[in-house]
Amino acid sequence: MTAVEDRKVTGFEDNDRKPVGHGRMLRKEDPRLIRGKGRFVDDLQLNGMLHLAILRSPMAHGRVVNVDISAAQAHPKVKLVVTGAMLAEKGLAWMPTLSNDVQAVLATDKVRFQGQEVAFVVAEDRYSARDALELIDVEYEQLEPVVDVRRALDPSSPVIRTDLDGKTDNHCFDWQTGDEAATDAVFAAADVIVTEDIVYPRVHPAPMETCGAVADYDAVEGRLTLWSTTQAPHAHRTLYAIVAGLPEHKIRVISPDIGGGFGNKVPIYPGYVCAIVGSLLTGRPVKWVEDRSENLTSTGFARDYIMRGEIAATKDGKILAIRTNVLADHGAFNGTAAPVKYPAGFFGVFTGSYDIEAAYCSMTAVYTNKAPGGVAYACSFRITEAVYLIERLVDCLAYDLKMDSAELRLKNLLRPEQFPYTSKTGWIYDSGNYEPTMREAMRIAGYDELRREQAEKRQRGELMGIGVAFFTEAVGAGPRKDMDILGLGMADGCELRIHPTGKAVVRLSVQSQGQGHETTFAQIVAEEIGIPPADIDVVHGDTDNTPFGLGTYGSRSTPVSGAAAALVARKVREKARIIASGMLEVSVADLDWDKGSFHVKGDLTKSVTIQDIAMKAHGAGDLPDGVEGGLEAQICYNPENLTYPHGAYICVVDVDPGTAQVSVRRFIAVDDCGTRINPMIIEGQIHGGLTDGVGMALMEIIAFDEDGNCLGGSLMDYLIPTALEVPDWETGFTVTPSPHHPIGAKGVGESATVGSPPAVVNAIVDALKPFGVRHADMPLTPSRVWDAMQGNARPPV
Amino acid sequence: MQVPAPFEYERATSVDQAIGLLDRLGDTARLVAGGHSLLPMMKLRLANFEYLIDINDLSDVLGYITVEPTQIRIGAMARHRELLESAELGRAFPIFADAEKVIADPVVRNRGTLGGSLCQADPSEDLSAVCTTLNASCVIRGRDGDRVVTMEEFHRGPYETAVGDAEMLTEVRFPLRPNGASAYEKVERRAGDWAVVSSGAAVWLDGDVIADARVGLAAVGPNTAGLPEISAMLTGQRPSEELYEQAGIIAARSCNPVTDMRGSEEYKRHLAKELTRRALRRSVNRINEGS
Repeated sequence: MTAVEDRKVTGFEDNDRKPVGHGRMLRKEDPRLIRGKGRFVDDLQLNGMLHLAILRSPMAHGRVVNVDISAAQAHPKVKLVVTGAMLAEKGLAWMPTLSNDVQAVLATDKVRFQGQEVAFVVAEDRYSARDALELIDVEYEQLEPVVDVRRALDPSSPVIRTDLDGKTDNHCFDWQTGDEAATDAVFAAADVIVTEDIVYPRVHPAPMETCGAVADYDAVEGRLTLWSTTQAPHAHRTLYAIVAGLPEHKIRVISPDIGGGFGNKVPIYPGYVCAIVGSLLTGRPVKWVEDRSENLTSTGFARDYIMRGEIAATKDGKILAIRTNVLADHGAFNGTAAPVKYPAGFFGVFTGSYDIEAAYCSMTAVYTNKAPGGVAYACSFRITEAVYLIERLVDCLAYDLKMDSAELRLKNLLRPEQFPYTSKTGWIYDSGNYEPTMREAMRIAGYDELRREQAEKRQRGELMGIGVAFFTEAVGAGPRKDMDILGLGMADGCELRIHPTGKAVVRLSVQSQGQGHETTFAQIVAEEIGIPPADIDVVHGDTDNTPFGLGTYGSRSTPVSGAAAALVARKVREKARIIASGMLEVSVADLDWDKGSFHVKGDLTKSVTIQDIAMKAHGAGDLPDGVEGGLEAQICYNPENLTYPHGAYICVVDVDPGTAQVSVRRFIAVDDCGTRINPMIIEGQIHGGLTDGVGMALMEIIAFDEDGNCLGGSLMDYLIPTALEVPDWETGFTVTPSPHHPIGAKGVGESATVGSPPAVVNAIVDALKPFGVRHADMPLTPSRVWDAMQGNARPPV
Repeated sequence: MQVPAPFEYERATSVDQAIGLLDRLGDTARLVAGGHSLLPMMKLRLANFEYLIDINDLSDVLGYITVEPTQIRIGAMARHRELLESAELGRAFPIFADAEKVIADPVVRNRGTLGGSLCQADPSEDLSAVCTTLNASCVIRGRDGDRVVTMEEFHRGPYETAVGDAEMLTEVRFPLRPNGASAYEKVERRAGDWAVVSSGAAVWLDGDVIADARVGLAAVGPNTAGLPEISAMLTGQRPSEELYEQAGIIAARSCNPVTDMRGSEEYKRHLAKELTRRALRRSVNRINEGS
């Protein structure tokens, strides 16, 4: 099913529609957020609150010989100074990561990356805490750092993880997927094989709000309240219970307004644990909020995959097989946040959107002296890397075959009758109808006309590039039989309560970081129960007030929690139907549902509204036999599969032949995320993700010098794009509903971040075709584009 | 939030008082004007001063742009925004508006000053290149009065100027000559970033022959550098693409860029050539359009 909606409605007209259910409406949370009335962690002020600052390692690799805290302790405003050795005495020096590794809360033996936590100070104010850090005297014995990921496994490389028993190298894990023998056989018989080394450099999500927490331990009640910047409050609570040994029912995690997450706020960071320890030891509330440099240098980065990709095809452009070998840089600790059975996240969908015969991937992950992380920045559990790989490879193939890149894709896209489609690496694509999406993008772009313009410009020596990318995402983790995080199944709860006057409250286990959950979830419930979104309060981000669930990341809120919200509303509606049958004195089978009321079949005058029913459910008088009072329900939704949104992106760039500066002239994004709940919110997510993609393609990289010093430690060094680097986005859509999701919706939050980097890079490489360039790695800064024009394209690491 | 180390703060009420405070407090004190370079360095604790002397109240006395028959005098406290918006300055030296449009962002330009930019002496700083190109001179006031130095004398190295203890830059002077124009070309990785390389050019014609020409480069060495060899080569010649190319070649070989995150040495040399060529071409075109 494909539909194209009239896009004329924009801006404040939207609010006039006031849909009772799905549709375009302004966000309920925005009056608060745009007036500066949001309530973020750093806004919190508690009586007697102290401030915590963390001393970090100045070097990438070193032995901690001695930590002298006496001068810091003597600072008149300092209440507490804690070192790794002191934490070790309490058994708190190490904590589990989300990948079954361990990470130092404070270094005890060695520092393993620049910026690693070494000690902390709690003082009466933030300035004093920061001043006191300079009074701590740490003696280090500098060790040789492992910076070059390609040399991490050399026998001569120093061993980083000496804390692990018997560890004699920097090997982290091996992983493979697909059928090696079958893939090799297809490659052996193929007409054409294209091989390319493709690097997805380390980048950082850099949310506007850095990470932070306020811990408040009540020693009398034995109760810990933690306000923290977390995308997964429930999962964090369980982990704190395990790490700190506090009973789970005595821990309350509150995630207030969050100023952007992008996966940066999924892991548990040492700073959160330090804040808890600080409050336990001082008996007072303790606030810790990172500064910008701390966020960029120590918290969850993204990507850092060194990939060799190979694609086999017939000479007329039928893609036969994909083979890849990946070297993954996981930093000093494996802090990747991914389901346990998926150490490489969902990289296994690297076969993309194409009908192929075989695929194989082998991966080696290593430790280096860099900050831990890997899964962040709207990456859909590594699908960013997977899509980038396949979409670059397809363009390399088009280059070698001298075929048009859109035509090559159209020739190989999966066909609608192949769905549900089981990929060669075992992923079951729930639904898809790819060609109309591709055609729609080409229509909006005026693809043929662009190619004509390009040909004319090439004649004149002007450099214009057209980049095409097609992606399939796999989002909504996930079925609990396959997917868990540290043993916690990836299901999500939802509770809906209708008050006597017909207003409602819906409680979610997922946590908005700007995605507009307070609007979208109200609309999902409104669509099912017929109460206007304005009358539905959405509660989220507080473990004491919401049902258990695993939180928001990997575009999972709508696929998982959105399904839960729709199903819980239907459950309430079924109860309402029984009550209505009593009120109208007919059997339930004789009732029809109009959005918001039941009426007797064939007689519209005999009806009761959901508000009438809510009052009846709570009011005087008998209810039908077997019906309890009240109008509420709770469920826990276990998704049957992931959802598989897709999209076609086309980017047009101009490159200045003299300076090699890239200007992104146009960007056309046609997304298919199944049923569209609020088109305005979807477009907002797409706009943001496309901007991310332009940033990664053109300028973003967390680089290190040979000593392991981070070269991206401020926003003067780590560049993120501004409005001046991006064009007016041209968006369109098709609709292929998910067959297993109750309302047919798929996730969309990360689609644009996944799909746009290859579109931009493909466009730039296309512009450089006259120079014989087939591939150039991100970030394509003017200097790196110029290098490519000189035949010197080099990997960024 | 990044927080600086403790410091004391005083607002100067006159130039002489500011100099008196500097004299008394010595090198533990620093003047703060717009603060957009100094305050971030203090927050990162890369710069730690015991005293800050805020001279923003002197913007009335030092915020002028005065056009005289033979020169334009600009007070050290003139803000970027005022330099960008001055029609008189734009007519005489279009290079100012070219450069100011690509300096940081409007928030910075509302506060940052000409004097602060020059005294920061960052080798990538745009206004230093503009002043070098325009053969400006700097007026430095101390307890014993004013002294005037050339731009070459003013910049002594990265982050180092001729302004001594108990002195402050109060004015920058730009000689006015007829039948000239100027232009500024900058390549940056992103709007608001420091230059990868930038090049300023000023050209004066006598009939259809170049009477004088100057080129100043930023971000390609320890100082923003003037290039007298280019001036000598261009003087007396008729403007042409070949001439701009030759000037660009001199620029490329005369500078000292280093490879960093902004670009490779080779690329920066290439840009020195390309941007010099463009700035000269644009300057000459502006003269011809104006005549």
